Amino acid sequence: MRIAVQEEEFDLGAEANTFAAGDDANGAIVTFTGVVRDLASGDLDVMEIEHYPGMTERALTKIAEEAQQRWSLGDVLVIHRYGRLAPGDRIMMVATAARHRKDAFEAAEYLMDYLKSRAPFWKKEITTSGAEWVAAKDEDEDALTRW
Amino acid sequence: MDVLYFAWVRERIGLPKERIETEAATVADLVAELSAREDRYAAAFADLSALRVALDQELSDFDASLSGVREVAFFPPMTGG
Repeated sequence: MRIAVQEEEFDLGAEANTFAAGDDANGAIVTFTGVVRDLASGDLDVMEIEHYPGMTERALTKIAEEAQQRWSLGDVLVIHRYGRLAPGDRIMMVATAARHRKDAFEAAEYLMDYLKSRAPFWKKEITTSGAEWVAAKDEDEDALTRW
Repeated sequence: MDVLYFAWVRERIGLPKERIETEAATVADLVAELSAREDRYAAAFADLSALRVALDQELSDFDASLSGVREVAFFPPMTGG
């Protein structure tokens, strides 16, 4: 398992290749990447991501460990950035490796659902007309009930 | 104990972290104590349903005991991913 909380960019291809080269017993590798999306109005300048150093790493580790208990996984990777990001920048990625794809897909979705509302990150959108904290969505909280 | 604030809670209170000497027994008691201190705290803590609290870096709730707790953090619902 690897958990990385970092300000700098990550190389999606290199990370996926390294992760996939881990163990031949894993017949399925799933990766998900989150990207800074421009707003409907198209005027997003910067996405600022704040986090709680210490708790972030603990929360992500706990979520990844829980996924490993629920599904049969060969490996788990979570990378999440903080700081100032621009539209199109990659915010985060998760990758799961398993013998079979069902475990890999489900565990990746579980990681994403929990990471959205249980890992201490906060997003602020800075546009030409001002800055606003992104509000948590009820549907993100509701998504946890299916697990 | 150390009290930390994140996101708009930090902005509203005007600082990221402070050291507080308190006899508060629970998180709710601490919130009441801070709110009585200055308007900026009262404004930040006006709607507790819009806030989350972590005790020693674990999510908790407002009626939790502060006994033995070294670090309290207040923040809005998280928006990771």
